[in-house]
Amino acid sequence: MRVAICRPRVQCPAVRAPSASDGPSASGTDAVLVLRDVTRSFDGSPAVRALSLEVPREKTTVLLGESGSGKSTLLRLMAGLLAPDSGKIFLEGVPVTVESGPALRRRMGFGLQSGGLFPHLTAADNVTLLARALKKPGDWQAQRLAELAGLVQLDAATLRRWPLELSGGQRQRVSLMRALMLRPAVVLLDEPLGALDPVTRGELQHQLKGVFEALGTTVVLVTHDLEEAAVLGHRVALMHEGTLVQVGSLNELAAHPADPWVERFVASWRGGPAR
Amino acid sequence: MNALVLLVLSAAAPEPVRVASKAFTESVIVGEITTGALERQGISARHLRDLGGTRVVWDALVRGQVDVYPEYTGTLSQEIFAGKVSPDALGPALAAKGLELGPSLGFEDGYALGMREEVAARLGIRRISDLRVHPELRLGFSNEFMDRADGWRALQKAYGLPQTKVRGLDHELAYRGLRSGALDVVDLYSTDPEIQAEQLRVLEDDRHHFPEYRAVLVLRADLEQRVPGSRAALETLRDRIDAPAMIAMNAQARLHHVPETTVAAEFLKTRLGDGGGAAAPVEAKQPGRAHRILTRLGEHLTLVGISLGLSLVVAVPLGVLAARRRRVGQAVLAVVGVVQTIPSLALLVLMIPLLGIGTRPAIAALFLYGLLPIVRNTHAGLVGIAPDLRESADALGLPPLFRLLRVELPLAAPSILAGVKTSAVIAVGTATLGALVGAGGFGQPILTGIRLADTGLLLEGALPSAALALGVEAAFDALERWVVPRGLRLRPEEPP
Repeated sequence: MRVAICRPRVQCPAVRAPSASDGPSASGTDAVLVLRDVTRSFDGSPAVRALSLEVPREKTTVLLGESGSGKSTLLRLMAGLLAPDSGKIFLEGVPVTVESGPALRRRMGFGLQSGGLFPHLTAADNVTLLARALKKPGDWQAQRLAELAGLVQLDAATLRRWPLELSGGQRQRVSLMRALMLRPAVVLLDEPLGALDPVTRGELQHQLKGVFEALGTTVVLVTHDLEEAAVLGHRVALMHEGTLVQVGSLNELAAHPADPWVERFVASWRGGPAR
Repeated sequence: MNALVLLVLSAAAPEPVRVASKAFTESVIVGEITTGALERQGISARHLRDLGGTRVVWDALVRGQVDVYPEYTGTLSQEIFAGKVSPDALGPALAAKGLELGPSLGFEDGYALGMREEVAARLGIRRISDLRVHPELRLGFSNEFMDRADGWRALQKAYGLPQTKVRGLDHELAYRGLRSGALDVVDLYSTDPEIQAEQLRVLEDDRHHFPEYRAVLVLRADLEQRVPGSRAALETLRDRIDAPAMIAMNAQARLHHVPETTVAAEFLKTRLGDGGGAAAPVEAKQPGRAHRILTRLGEHLTLVGISLGLSLVVAVPLGVLAARRRRVGQAVLAVVGVVQTIPSLALLVLMIPLLGIGTRPAIAALFLYGLLPIVRNTHAGLVGIAPDLRESADALGLPPLFRLLRVELPLAAPSILAGVKTSAVIAVGTATLGALVGAGGFGQPILTGIRLADTGLLLEGALPSAALALGVEAAFDALERWVVPRGLRLRPEEPP
């Protein structure tokens, strides 16, 4: 399975090439999200420890790590769904807090592994829900819906269906449309492809990458899958037990692992394409 | 509905005299006679029949929702004034409450002891004191009689009765025990028609132990002032109903299933002299069965519809509140849960001091009963929204009201609707008790049917009521297709 997904990667090294150079230079003023010394515990056990990170504009940052490494918690801290115990988070210079609430979250798109689509609304109504709540003009909504549907390759008939009538891949694409609908400053995705079969997953990885590049979207994507990180991530932030162990392109991580744990973790991917 | 109209009308000028009766045959017959006596004098009168027990009718009279009803002096002194007012002093005691002791009707209906005629004759028992020499006799008394202040213990003491085989049981079963020979002596009400039908000998209370249960009319002191001539019209009943007449009328209604209106009309015609014309309007009051059922359906649906609507309007916001604030939520659920544990009859009667009699207390009680299922299901529906959907809604940053109305309530709709359906079915059933406080509905024939042991009448209320419950359930199933979004009715299945 892993070989099947990795094979296209081997054949298109150009796709991965830019991420190698962008990684280190991303800490400039053009960071969409900035995290400073962010800590968050659950019932006394720390999930994220004194973590600092900058998310560069129009790039895809992958939060990579094992289960329980704190990457999903970090994503929810960025979204303002969780409040940090200490530290600060800024979205384009504005502090993100749970209190700054809905208004700020409307500028971030969010996607879940399940898709998180509301079953009582059609696919199209799921996508346009927030636009309708904010009373965006109808023709603007229709135009944006058509534009996004074209990008993720969903036809109008599919958009008229109910979430429970859609395949897992279709649901993820609708979920992505919903996240992108209002041209958010950043899109936060939690294991968006985690529940899909390997074939669909491979297809969607490339489709997602195409969409992000076409729209110039700033993305933070959580995954535990090295191949996914390799395909989608301009930068990879490798997490372990609530801390950032190393940030860079996957190639850099492979070439210059910061410690033996990174070396072991990345080895499983390095072994892949070498086969 | 009628009672509601009546309550509304009570503010307007020319109001009819409101006669009430308790939910037992003798009271209803006397209520009918009283109504007829007023009408014979050209005074407009209405009979609110079968109004539950003593407390219900008494409270309605004190509150001025009823003008006059038949009562017994023993009940007034023993039960209403809790033994603190002697039968002779009832007049002043009633006057202190703005009431008046009306004409005495001419019969007593007190407690008595009875035996089968043949047994009593064989043993030579005529008076209660004769029982002293027959310690072997088996006594069966109604549970109430076992407990009352003037009941068995006091009787035993007063007469020095030696019997040890004494058991408490249901009044109706006591008659049956007597018939089968399992019991020798039972307590009875002195105007019970069974005394004749079962050929019982009523033992003389030779030591005058039992208080006097003289039948009287109790009325509001201001009645004559409001309806001139009403006092004189009631006075025409003074001493006109003797015990044999009352027993005969009870027998007509209870043993031969003659409607009380007919029994009363017959009495007015034959015993109250000249007024041959009075019988006609009384007879005309008996509408056909289909008409009766339709009228009651209207009353029943009014009770259920209004109370359910109110429950819905109050319970859904309470359910939302409960889902939002856990502390408040637990308190809200606890309170509406406690309301549910109050027996429905008690709740209805508790409403009377606040809302009087008729439709309003019934609607209020049904409204309170309707709350729990809807609050609980709204709460459960909202709390049960899948965590990923909740997070999606959070992450989208939907405005709170939009989120509640367009996301959360629709997702909870199947659960909320199930709660409303439960409330509706409960309301249809519980509304039958509304008849006890004068709210009408299908409870009316059930109540009368039970009282008269008339199965046909009982079914005339019970069958339509059961059918209505089924109909309501079916209507809600149909409503579900309309209210619950189609996307929620799909069966979740993994696409291939």
